[in-house]
Amino acid sequence: MNAHLHLWLIPILPFAGFLVNGLLGRRLPKALVSAVALGFPLASLIVVARAASIFFSVTPQPVPWLINYGSWISAGPLHLDFSLYLDQLSLLMLGIITGVGFLIHVYSVGYMAHEDGYWRFFSYLNLFLFSMTTLVLAENYILMFVGWEGVGLASYLLIGFYYEKKSAADAGKKAFVANRVGDVGFLLGMFLLLSQFKSLSFYEIGSNLGANPALQGGILTAIALCLVVGACGKSAQIPLYVWLPDAMEGPTPVSALIHAATMVTAGVYMISRTHFIFDRSPLALSVVAIIGAVTALFAATIALVQTDIKRVLAYSTISQLGYMFLGCGVAAYSAAVFHLMTHAFFKALLFLAAGSVIHGMGGEQDMRKMGGLRKKLPITFLTMTVGVFAIAGIPPLAGFFSKDAILYEAFQQGSLGKVVYVIGLVTALLTSFYMFRLWYLTFLGENRAENVEEHGAAVHAHSGTKLVLEAEQHHEPHESPWSMLGPLVILAILAFGGGWIGIERFGAYLAPVVGPVTDPALQSGGKSLDYILSGVAVAVALLGLLIAHVFYFRKNDRAAKLAAALSGPYDLLVHKYWIDELYQNVIVTPITLASRYILGWVGEGVIIRGSTWLLGGVATLFGELFRRWQSGNLRSYSAWLAAGAVALLFFAVVGYVLGVGGPDLRMVWAGH
Amino acid sequence: MNPALWHEVPSSWYLILSAMLFSLGVIGFLIKRTLITVFMSIELMLNAVNLSFVTFAHDWHAVKGQIFVFFVMMVAAAEAAVGLAIIISIYRSRATLNVDQVDLMKL
Repeated sequence: MNAHLHLWLIPILPFAGFLVNGLLGRRLPKALVSAVALGFPLASLIVVARAASIFFSVTPQPVPWLINYGSWISAGPLHLDFSLYLDQLSLLMLGIITGVGFLIHVYSVGYMAHEDGYWRFFSYLNLFLFSMTTLVLAENYILMFVGWEGVGLASYLLIGFYYEKKSAADAGKKAFVANRVGDVGFLLGMFLLLSQFKSLSFYEIGSNLGANPALQGGILTAIALCLVVGACGKSAQIPLYVWLPDAMEGPTPVSALIHAATMVTAGVYMISRTHFIFDRSPLALSVVAIIGAVTALFAATIALVQTDIKRVLAYSTISQLGYMFLGCGVAAYSAAVFHLMTHAFFKALLFLAAGSVIHGMGGEQDMRKMGGLRKKLPITFLTMTVGVFAIAGIPPLAGFFSKDAILYEAFQQGSLGKVVYVIGLVTALLTSFYMFRLWYLTFLGENRAENVEEHGAAVHAHSGTKLVLEAEQHHEPHESPWSMLGPLVILAILAFGGGWIGIERFGAYLAPVVGPVTDPALQSGGKSLDYILSGVAVAVALLGLLIAHVFYFRKNDRAAKLAAALSGPYDLLVHKYWIDELYQNVIVTPITLASRYILGWVGEGVIIRGSTWLLGGVATLFGELFRRWQSGNLRSYSAWLAAGAVALLFFAVVGYVLGVGGPDLRMVWAGH
Repeated sequence: MNPALWHEVPSSWYLILSAMLFSLGVIGFLIKRTLITVFMSIELMLNAVNLSFVTFAHDWHAVKGQIFVFFVMMVAAAEAAVGLAIIISIYRSRATLNVDQVDLMKL
């Protein structure tokens, strides 16, 4: 192990890009900004590739690398290092982050070409890469937390990229606050860990737990549940998912990179990374499984009726993250991480393709106003088709394998596993349906854009002023430039083939990190269960396709009729179960009112203003009193002077006589 | 007379004299209204202190006290020069030397 991995370069290079573009970008020519924005992430990707080749060249099998770059905090029992950790899991994450991240940077060069604040966008994007690579490379919770907060900051900045638009600025704030709630849980979890293990290093906590097999449940359940709260905030799970749909206010590449492929999977990564705690707490695992299953179903139902193309994808992301949680919850970490990887491919692809559609439509995001784009945007159509089939779970595309792996593992985990399996299956049906609905509405049928102009209801605001102008100049949908299509094609290949990499081999790949895959069915000999479950999953996916076909293939009013017949549930879904309104009325409004009236009147009015008034009043009062001393009258002064001298003399004599205190005059005079 | 019979004046006498002089100075400083008299009272207090300095220096065979007296005298001389200059300019501007009427230095 004498080769240098230079792991520190992986986060630092994007950080350098952030500094260069952030500090100087305003004055640099656009081409140079692009070169910096692409160059540093590419360099980081190369370092990752080099680290991977060294990592796998170790014989007989790869070992984790723990590299310490020096002490950070050393206070009492708390000792923290700048240490980075490379194993199969973090290497995979790094590959996804820098690889998909680089592709999205390339895409953004085309997508953001006409936007103001081009340099600002790329500096934030590089800041995100810095934080995210720090998050996955960190060897202790605190360093991970630094990355965790960093990606939150980058997410906030990028959601609010069009900060002049109130809805975008509000969405950024919402994301930040919702994440804060989760961070409280993460912090409490870290405090508990510190009190229990006197350490925050993954390696030390893991080996400590390994040495104490008796340590089960109890404090570990508390720690795990606190960490789950943090993971729910970052990975947009119930009850903290509300920020993710609103995060679609950001530019589409941001939605693809941060709010689909990488940042939102941080919670899943964190659970997998610290699986040794969850393994000891069946209760916490069940909670994770239930949260995941419920979120998956819940978000999928909302996605059924959304009409904004990006919002459909946003709810689909929440739903797929629910799948990953479900996988973690049944201790199928490798399946969860496998789904994380394939999801990163196909969801980034879907978002970028949607961005290409939006770009081609001149900022239009409403699917009801699209249609028939197959001919106008052929490459976007083809790549999007791959993405839709992949997420719907139709073999042999990537989504099928990973989703199947999670459902298969869930099915084998007792009665709770059976329940979440059924929920997962229903979700798969819904997923297939709404994705094909999106596909039919967007690309097939006739172009409905003309109707838009008649109604005059086109809302072009989402992609800033430049795109709106462009849209008004030529309405004809047009294919995007190659800088955008290239990443689409590469991601389509990955979404197509990414599943084959994982089948069979993925569990073995992650086994050193998360433990071997337990497969009772395999041990009892026979893969028939696997085939049956796969068959069911495929049937369900095809059923979803069929239903979508019935409703949306040709222009018909079946969907409208169904909505009218089920107006109650339909209304509930369109309004997203009124969760935003519920939060607004139950949490936000009481806090606002309490801040305004209780804190505002009592806290600020009485306590703060009262105490300052009191302090000022006392000072004024004493000033009034002592002012009279300064009469300007010499004899008055001299009388006080004499009185003071007499008082001093008196105390000195008394002290001397009593022998307690007071200066010993002889000593003073003698000069000792 | 036989030198053996000589009785040295006890230091306590000097100290009592010094205390009396100092008290007179304080009383004068407090009750007199003419600036010149107040000023003379201060000089009286300074010299009372000088006397006790010298007494103690003699008693304890410490030369420091004697040296200190020279400093006090020097400072008193300087102070007399400045003080008299101030008194003259006060008289010129206000045509009085009554301290009760020189009370502008106040808030």
